[in-house]
Amino acid sequence: MTTGTMLIDGVPVSFEYGQTIMEAAMAAKIFIPHLCHHPEFTPQGSCKLCTVKASGRYVSACTMSAKDGMEVENNTPDLNDKRRTLLQMLFVEGNHFCPSCEKSGNCMLQALAYELEMLSPRFEQFFPNRPVDASHPDFLLDFNRCILCELCVRASRDVDGKNVFALAGRGIHKHLIVNARSGQLADTDFSLQDRAAHVCPVGVILEKRKGFAVPIGQRQYDETPIGQQMDELAARSAKAEE
Amino acid sequence: MDDFKHCAYLDPILTRFENRSDYLVQILREAQDCFGYLHQDAIDYLATKLNLPRARVEGAASFYSFLHLQPPGRYRVLFSDNITDRMLGNQALMERFCRNLWVEPGKPAEDGLVSVDFTSCTGMCDQGPALLVNGHVLTRMSVERVDRISELIRGKVALTDWPHEYFVVADNIRRRDVLLGGDWQAGEPIRAALARGADGVLAEMKLSNLRGRGGAGFTTAVKWESARLAPCQGERAERYIVCNADEGEPGTFKDRVLLNSYADLLFDGMTVAGFAVGATKGLVYLRGEYRYLLPKLLANLERRRIDGLLGTTVCGQVGFDFDIEIHLGAGAYVCGEETALIESLEGKRGVPRVRPPFPVTRGYLGQPTVVNNVETLCKAATIALNGGAWFAGLGTKQSTGTKLISVSGDVEVPGIYEYPFGVSVDRVLNDCGAGNAQAVQISGASGVCLAVHEFGRRIAFEDVPTAGAFMVFGAHRDMFEVARNFSHFFAHESCGFCTPCRVGTALVAKLMDKVASGSGSQYDINEIVSLQRVMQAASHCGLGQAACNPVMDTLQKFRPAYERHLRALDFEPSFDLDESLATSRQLTGRDDSGAHFGQ
Amino acid sequence: MDAMDAVAVKPKVRVATTSLAGCFGCHMSFLDIDERLLELVELVEFDRSPLTDIKHCGPCDIGLIEGGVCNSENVHVLREFRKNCKVLIAIGACAINGGLPALRNSFDIGRCLQEVYLTGLNVENGQVPNDPELPLPLDQVHPIHEVVRIDYFIPGCPPSGDAIWKFLTDLLAGRTPRLGHPLLRFD
Repeated sequence: MTTGTMLIDGVPVSFEYGQTIMEAAMAAKIFIPHLCHHPEFTPQGSCKLCTVKASGRYVSACTMSAKDGMEVENNTPDLNDKRRTLLQMLFVEGNHFCPSCEKSGNCMLQALAYELEMLSPRFEQFFPNRPVDASHPDFLLDFNRCILCELCVRASRDVDGKNVFALAGRGIHKHLIVNARSGQLADTDFSLQDRAAHVCPVGVILEKRKGFAVPIGQRQYDETPIGQQMDELAARSAKAEE
Repeated sequence: MDDFKHCAYLDPILTRFENRSDYLVQILREAQDCFGYLHQDAIDYLATKLNLPRARVEGAASFYSFLHLQPPGRYRVLFSDNITDRMLGNQALMERFCRNLWVEPGKPAEDGLVSVDFTSCTGMCDQGPALLVNGHVLTRMSVERVDRISELIRGKVALTDWPHEYFVVADNIRRRDVLLGGDWQAGEPIRAALARGADGVLAEMKLSNLRGRGGAGFTTAVKWESARLAPCQGERAERYIVCNADEGEPGTFKDRVLLNSYADLLFDGMTVAGFAVGATKGLVYLRGEYRYLLPKLLANLERRRIDGLLGTTVCGQVGFDFDIEIHLGAGAYVCGEETALIESLEGKRGVPRVRPPFPVTRGYLGQPTVVNNVETLCKAATIALNGGAWFAGLGTKQSTGTKLISVSGDVEVPGIYEYPFGVSVDRVLNDCGAGNAQAVQISGASGVCLAVHEFGRRIAFEDVPTAGAFMVFGAHRDMFEVARNFSHFFAHESCGFCTPCRVGTALVAKLMDKVASGSGSQYDINEIVSLQRVMQAASHCGLGQAACNPVMDTLQKFRPAYERHLRALDFEPSFDLDESLATSRQLTGRDDSGAHFGQ
Repeated sequence: MDAMDAVAVKPKVRVATTSLAGCFGCHMSFLDIDERLLELVELVEFDRSPLTDIKHCGPCDIGLIEGGVCNSENVHVLREFRKNCKVLIAIGACAINGGLPALRNSFDIGRCLQEVYLTGLNVENGQVPNDPELPLPLDQVHPIHEVVRIDYFIPGCPPSGDAIWKFLTDLLAGRTPRLGHPLLRFD
C-alpha cells in the first residue's frame, strides 16, 4: 500500500492513498470538527463543519483526498470562527432547546458548540413549526432538532437496506421524511435493530423509555470535551460491528 | 392496492420511459400533466412500479418548484420575478391580478380555480414582465393583458383559446456576428467533422481555444479529450454528451434564442462532440420554463433522424451512431450546475455532487460525460466547419471567438447582441441605448456588478467573464433593491444540501428585508458581510459561494443606497414590536397606551 | 484574586439584574456563588435587582438579563436596561434562545388566549383579561438579542454559580470572559 505525508497545522501526518484528510486525521488522532461524517458511512460533506484550508483552498476534510505534501490548516482562529458560525446557523434553523432534550450531554451538535465556545445563537431564531412523531412503539422522532446530516438516511439505505428515511423539500424548507404515505414512523419497517436507529448525532431519533438512564452531567461529552475523544469518534464504526 | 386501479393513467407514461427509475423526474412531470398535481396515489404507484422507496419519489418531487404534491389552482399562474420583471412593474401587475381574482399569492383560491405566485427569472427579460400559466410562457404583460387574463380564467377558457399574441416569444437579435450571422445547412458541421476525423476535430478544438460559454470558462477541448480518454464503466458502457440548456441565471436568455432559431447548429454541435468524444448519446437538459420550445425541438430531432443526421450510421459514417433526447427540468436553478444537472437527469433531487470525480470521468449513470452549454456546442459546430484557427482569430487571446450577450433592463433596445470577446461594456451600452446607466450586472445574479467608472472594462475571461447576462440599471434605480431581489433568488434556489448555503442564503435574505423595512442598522450590514465570508468559503457549490456577490458588489459600489435605508443608529428588532401585540390587543379589546409601544 | 486587587481601589462597578420571561433560576444560580458574594460586593454595588428592590434601573456598568421577551413589559424593562447599562449580558437559556417560554412559538397567541380564557374545559363566562395594568403578550417569544443589542452571553439552564463567577471575574478584571469545559453548558 502506498503512503504519503501531509502537514496538518504543521504536524506531519502520513496517510494511505485514497484516504481523505478526515480519515488520515482521525487515524493520527487529530480532531477535525464534524457532524455529518461518520467513519462507517460514505462521506457526503454537507454540514461543512470539517471545512479546512488545504493548499490555500477551503475544502471539506471528509470528502477531500489527502495528497502528498498537502498543507492543511485545521485548528486556526479563522476556521474555528467559520465553524462557530455554521453551528450558529444550525442552532437557529431548528429548535434546539438543550434543557428539554434527552440527548443533552450525548449530542454532537452541543458538544461541538462547547468545543468551539459558541455562547449564543447570534442570529434570529427561525422557530420552525415541526411536529413530533411519537407513533412508533419504540422510537420518538423529534424533527425540531434535525440538522439534516443524513446519517440515518445513509444507515437505513446502505446498512439496513430499508430506506426508512429520505429528504424532501429544498433550501431552508428541506426536511427529513419517513418512507410511509402517512408520514408516520409507525407505518415503516423501522426497528430497534436498525443501524439507523443508533446513528443520530443529535436528539431526533430517540429510543423510548431510555432517555435518562444515564443522568445529565455524567454523559459522554459532560466528562470529556469532544475534541479529546478521538478514540471514541474513530471507534463508532467498530461499535456497529459488535 | 385498491387505489392503484385509479392510477392506470400512469401506465403509458411508465411504458414510454421503460419503467426506468432514472427517468423519475420526467415521469413525475408527465404524470403531473394529467391532473395538475401529483396525488399521493400516484406517488405510491410510481414508487411500486419503479421499485423505488416511496420517500425517494416524494423527496424528488418536493425538490422541484414546478412539481406539486398538493393541488394548485387549475390555472397555475407564476409571475416571473427577476429584477428586470420588477423594473417593468410585475409587482403591481400581480397585485392587480390577485385583486381581480380575489386570490392571495401562494394560496390556491378556495374554489381551486387559480393559484398565483412568483417564480425565478423565466428568461424573458427583454420582453417582460413575463408569466407562466400552467407551464406556458406569456410575455409583455400589461394592465390590459392582466385584466384580460383574469377574465379568461374567470370564464374558464382553455389556454389554447387564449389570444395567440400573448404567447409570442421574440428572438430580438440585435447584433449578429459570425455565429448568428452565419448561414449553414443542417448537418454541414457534422460532415466537416467526419472529414477531419475524431483526432482532427479535437485538434481543431484545441487550436480554437474555445472556452465554455456557461460561465465557468473551462476549455472545451480539455473536457472532450478527458471524456474520450476516460474508461466507460460496467454493463451499459457508453459516453454521453449533455447539453446544459438549463439557462436559469437571472438575466440570461441567449440560449433560448439559440434553441429557438439555431437548434440545428446546436444538434450539429452535439453530434460533432459525440463523434470526437466517442459518445453515442446526447441529452439536452431543457429548463422547464422553456417547455414551449419542446414540440419544435422534438420535431427537429425527428427530421434529423429522417435526414440521417441522427441515429445509426450518422451521415453515412459506418460505426458512428448518435442520437439525442431531451429532458425537461422542473424549476430548479441549481440544476444549471453540471453535477446537479446530472443528478436530475438521473431522476434525483438536483443536488450537486462531490467533485472529484468530475463528470468527464464519472458523470451521467457513472459514465464519462461531457456537459457543455448550448452556446458552447453551437460554437463547436462552427469550429468543426471552419477550423480552429478561424475561431482563434476572433476575440482576444484567452477569450477566442464571439460571445452572445443578453441585454435587458433600462435600455432602449433589449435583446441579443453578439460581439467578439473583448468588447467594452461602454460599447454594448452605447449599442443598446442605455442613456443614464448607473450600473450593469454582468453574468447574472452570481456575476459582477459594475459601476460607471468600470464601464471601460472588457467582456472577456481576462477581465469581466460572463455567462451572457447584461442587466442595465438606470440612475433612478435603487441598487439596494437590486441586490435584495437577488438575495431572495438565491434563498429560493438553494438546494439545501450544505449548511452555509441553506441557512446562510435565508439569513441574508432576512437581513436584506430588515434593512428594506427601515429597521436595519450598521450592525445588520456587518452581519451580512460576516455571513458572506462563511458562505463563500464553506459552501458546497458555486451557488452558495456566489450568493452574496451582488450584495457585496453593491455594498462596495453603492453604499449610500444601503445607508438610505438605515434609519436606526443602533440595533433594532427586525420585526414590528407594536404589530406583534396586535393579536393580543384584538382579543382583549384594548387600545390604551399600555397596549402599544410608543416610539 | 490579584486581578481583582488591581481594580479594588477604583469606584465600585454598578450592576443591575432582572428577570424577564424566566424562572429566576439564573438569579438563584447567581446566589450559588455563595461566600464569593462577599468578595463580589467589595467590587460591585447593585442597582435595580431582586436583591435591592430598586424599581427602575439607573446608569450602570453592567446589566444582567435573565429570561426572554414574551410581553410588552419585558420590552420596556429590556429597553430601560439597554439605555442605562454600558454592558448588557444575557444570562441563561431563555434570554439566549427563548428557552422554555419559546416553546409556545409554534402556537398562535390568539388561539392560546381563547383556549385559556374562553373555550377551555371548565371555563364559564370566560373573558380575556383586559386590565390596562396587565402587560400584553407578544405573538412570539424572542431571545433578548433579537430586541436589543447584547454584549455578552452566559449560556446554561441555569449557568452554574461557578460559570457566573468565572464570567464576572473575567469581566471585572478586564479579560474577555471565557467559559471553557466544564463551565460552558447549555443544559
